[in-house]
Amino acid sequence: MPYHAIPRDAEGVTRCASSRADRAGEEGNSSMSSTVSGDAGERTRVQLSSAVVRFAGDSGDGMQLAGDQFTNQSAVAGNDLATLPDFPAEIRAPAGTLAGVSSFQLHFSDQDIHTPGDAPDVLVAMNPAALMKHLSALKSGGTVILNTDAFTSRNLQKAGYDEDPREDGTLTDYQVHEVGLTTLTVRALEEQIESGELNKKEAERCKNMLALGLVSWMFSRPISETEAWLDTKFAKRPELAGANISALRAGWNFGETTEAFVFHYDIKPAKLPPGQYRNITGNQALSYGLVAASVRSGLQLFCGSYPITPASDILHELSQLKRFGVATFQAEDEIAAVGSIIGAAFGGALGVTASSGPGIALKAEAMGLAVMTELPMIVVSVQRGGPSTGLPTKTEQSDLFQVLYGRNGEAPMPVIAASSPADCFDAAIEATRIALTYRTPVVLLSDGYLANSAEPWLLPEVDDLPDLTEVFSFATEEDITDGEFLPFLRDADTLARPWALPGTPGLEHRVGGIEKEEGTGHISYEPENHHRMTALRHERMDRIADDLDPTEVHDPSGEADVLVVGWGSTEGPIRAACHDLRAKGRDVARVHIRHLNPLPKDLTEIIRSYRKVILPENNMGQLVTLLRARTLVDIKPYNRVTGQPFSAGELVEAIETLGWGESS
Amino acid sequence: MTTNDSKLTKKDFTSDREVRWCPGCGDYAILATVQTLLPNLGAKPESTVFISGIGCSSRFPYYMNTYGFHSIHGRAPTLATGLAITRPDLDVWVVTGDGDGLSIGGNHLIHALRRNVNIKVLLFNNEIYGLTKGQYSPTSPLGAVKKSTPMGSIDRPMNPVSLALGAEATFVARSIDTDRQHLSEVLTAAYEHKGAAFVEIYQNCNVFNDGAFVALKDPNQRDDNQIRLVEGEPITFGPDNENAVVARGDGTMKFTPTEKAGDRVVIHDPKKEEPTTAFALARLSHNPVGPTPIGIFRDVERPVYDELLRDQIDKAQSEQGKGDLSDLLSSGNVWDVVN
Repeated sequence: MPYHAIPRDAEGVTRCASSRADRAGEEGNSSMSSTVSGDAGERTRVQLSSAVVRFAGDSGDGMQLAGDQFTNQSAVAGNDLATLPDFPAEIRAPAGTLAGVSSFQLHFSDQDIHTPGDAPDVLVAMNPAALMKHLSALKSGGTVILNTDAFTSRNLQKAGYDEDPREDGTLTDYQVHEVGLTTLTVRALEEQIESGELNKKEAERCKNMLALGLVSWMFSRPISETEAWLDTKFAKRPELAGANISALRAGWNFGETTEAFVFHYDIKPAKLPPGQYRNITGNQALSYGLVAASVRSGLQLFCGSYPITPASDILHELSQLKRFGVATFQAEDEIAAVGSIIGAAFGGALGVTASSGPGIALKAEAMGLAVMTELPMIVVSVQRGGPSTGLPTKTEQSDLFQVLYGRNGEAPMPVIAASSPADCFDAAIEATRIALTYRTPVVLLSDGYLANSAEPWLLPEVDDLPDLTEVFSFATEEDITDGEFLPFLRDADTLARPWALPGTPGLEHRVGGIEKEEGTGHISYEPENHHRMTALRHERMDRIADDLDPTEVHDPSGEADVLVVGWGSTEGPIRAACHDLRAKGRDVARVHIRHLNPLPKDLTEIIRSYRKVILPENNMGQLVTLLRARTLVDIKPYNRVTGQPFSAGELVEAIETLGWGESS
Repeated sequence: MTTNDSKLTKKDFTSDREVRWCPGCGDYAILATVQTLLPNLGAKPESTVFISGIGCSSRFPYYMNTYGFHSIHGRAPTLATGLAITRPDLDVWVVTGDGDGLSIGGNHLIHALRRNVNIKVLLFNNEIYGLTKGQYSPTSPLGAVKKSTPMGSIDRPMNPVSLALGAEATFVARSIDTDRQHLSEVLTAAYEHKGAAFVEIYQNCNVFNDGAFVALKDPNQRDDNQIRLVEGEPITFGPDNENAVVARGDGTMKFTPTEKAGDRVVIHDPKKEEPTTAFALARLSHNPVGPTPIGIFRDVERPVYDELLRDQIDKAQSEQGKGDLSDLLSSGNVWDVVN
């Protein structure tokens, strides 16, 4: 045998499973809740409610790819799911080092879930560095699949192991499968190597597919989708498609035929609302939302962007959608990117620029110009860890103040935050609705977690999407009154000014960054005019707030006196934590804020009606500062900036302490 | 570029705003030339857009009865790019200065030129910061004693024409604010050029830097110093064309008495694909205090950025069909949940 398998402690697995049986069917930390059933005999099929699997390996080991495919398989199996890709900022850190470890976590369930899961049940570690970095996250009693081929003394040393963890007791608390993934892969591809179709290095690179095949077998996932995907991906190199598929099947067969794997698992489809689903990441959903807004408004989408992690995917995605008339422009810098969309907006296009904190900082002056000239456009900020370059590939919510206040002068801009990967689609359409209706630039906030994570998305009917042609019109010659066109004469309800496009005879006018006279738009330094124009720019935020739907309070018992307030990507973990708390008998209500500016008008009253209000954020307390000032309520913050989303478990603890603890 | 049969006049391009440059500013002359020229070129006010940055020159759009955008410091080429890409039906002009276009906005200028976006860039060079009241600029000569350089500037000045040529510009020219006929000819050629056109205009700031271009403007000196570039003509200058431009063996150029030059006099060819000759001409004078070429240095055809971009959209639509939103949303792996 090319591998050395530690005999499996079957009782251990049963104990591990039963200890969590009380949580079956719940959301949050729970997973691998199981009922042992099914076919007696050599193989035991175990019915689980949910599981968390993490693939970890070198940046070059193809872990993101394996994770993506495992996600697709789980989606096809009908599970609800949430993913957490985590990769280094370095494109290819030295092989075998801790810095080079890339991972992908998937939480899949027969229940409605909202987080990628706290601790994994299964860890696939492709090398010692991956084990070193991720073992501590694994649940006690969890399963580790090791690529034992990579456990050379040099790799152990690079990972910082003095002793071989396979032999020094490090792994005693886990179910360990040592598998020679590389050897098995090469063996499975022997024919192709001998025939010269592949060299050995190319063959070895297929080991991620072998690992995927094995895990697919463990969780009874269908691999046909992955096979089809490989055929498409390698259409131009069929020998590579064949090799990867052979490795995938070899992994599956290895699980099926090897006695080391006594159990395999089954997770039934989740009971999701009926309809057609697909998986979608936040960046993809956001891009599709912008295209949908373009289609539903009849405006050409113009995306001017400069590459920056984690926002670049939006530019990539849109550049592939030219068939929708989308124009993409990779600018020379962040300032040029936002400048180009201001120009495009002046000409009547739907302008969008996508960036992250450092890029938004560079755009600040031009965003002020967009506020001053009152043109509709979307500035997407996919937040990452800061300050400065910070943590480019990690998530954070610390740019809220930046987008709210990071401009000179009184320069209010609407700010909308997406709360889940799929929600990025709706948030993009809502941002466009506000931009077009009120003739203003709008900030659309996402973050590194939403950008790269995936979840199943119930596809909307295109006809049900908002009709954005109704919310705006271009100015015409009919807007000329008494022989004069007034580019800053506002709509009485929305305070929107006319959108008069170059090319329209008679509406020639000049706009710019200098303060303008109300109505005429001529340069004005008149003191009272400046105060009035400043007040009007603020008043427009109020008009937006007037039109928002009432805030939804989630309080199933109606008895809660503790309220958790959140915004953006924390919705999943907060929702999961509240669910777990309620299961423990804690009545807790929650509110999730989509509109950060203007804030919903009913929010103050809601916040004032609870005994305790708690606000978890992945920053050092930004929204909480704002809400305390606004409501004069002593809202309790919970703040962590680890570059990772909150786990449901830590929020359960934090909310319990802040809501019901001694000091509360 | 748009054409028009009806007779428009300067009045149609003149806004009702009071012009507020300092009395005697060279900007007045440029404004009058542009307002007079555009109707003659067949431009329409409604299809013309002037976009500027910040500085004295950048007030220009307010005085044109066209569409206009007075943007922020240095960024006019970026707005112009976004507009030109999405609105090929418009004539998009950028008005900038030596501070706006070469200092704070230098990056945007070179990229707009290399992309060959269909915009016309007028850079008013007065070798000074006027709006902020007299600091030295990227084109001020070494040693210039100004507000921020009491002991003289130690910055080597930039040559805007060299920069534009180095940035792969397809049309590069230079003219003088008060030489209405020469400026009109150069602007006409810029207007008719497909793609990005860059025109440096020597502009006198009579308040903070008076006389910077006296060598080229003073009736007693200008014939000695203006080297007028005319396509197909030998490059000579002086009241009696007694001086000629000849090429050295290494490709650079120098002045020689015409009588000694013989057939070595350079014949001006702005249509040359290689910019080397144009660059050598630009290097004849680093500051306009002696013989300095004016006219069109380079005028070549190259694919225009916004046309290439629209071609790709057209190609995608003809090959893949016009996008269907429903198909897009349901692309990839899709599954049905039935209850």
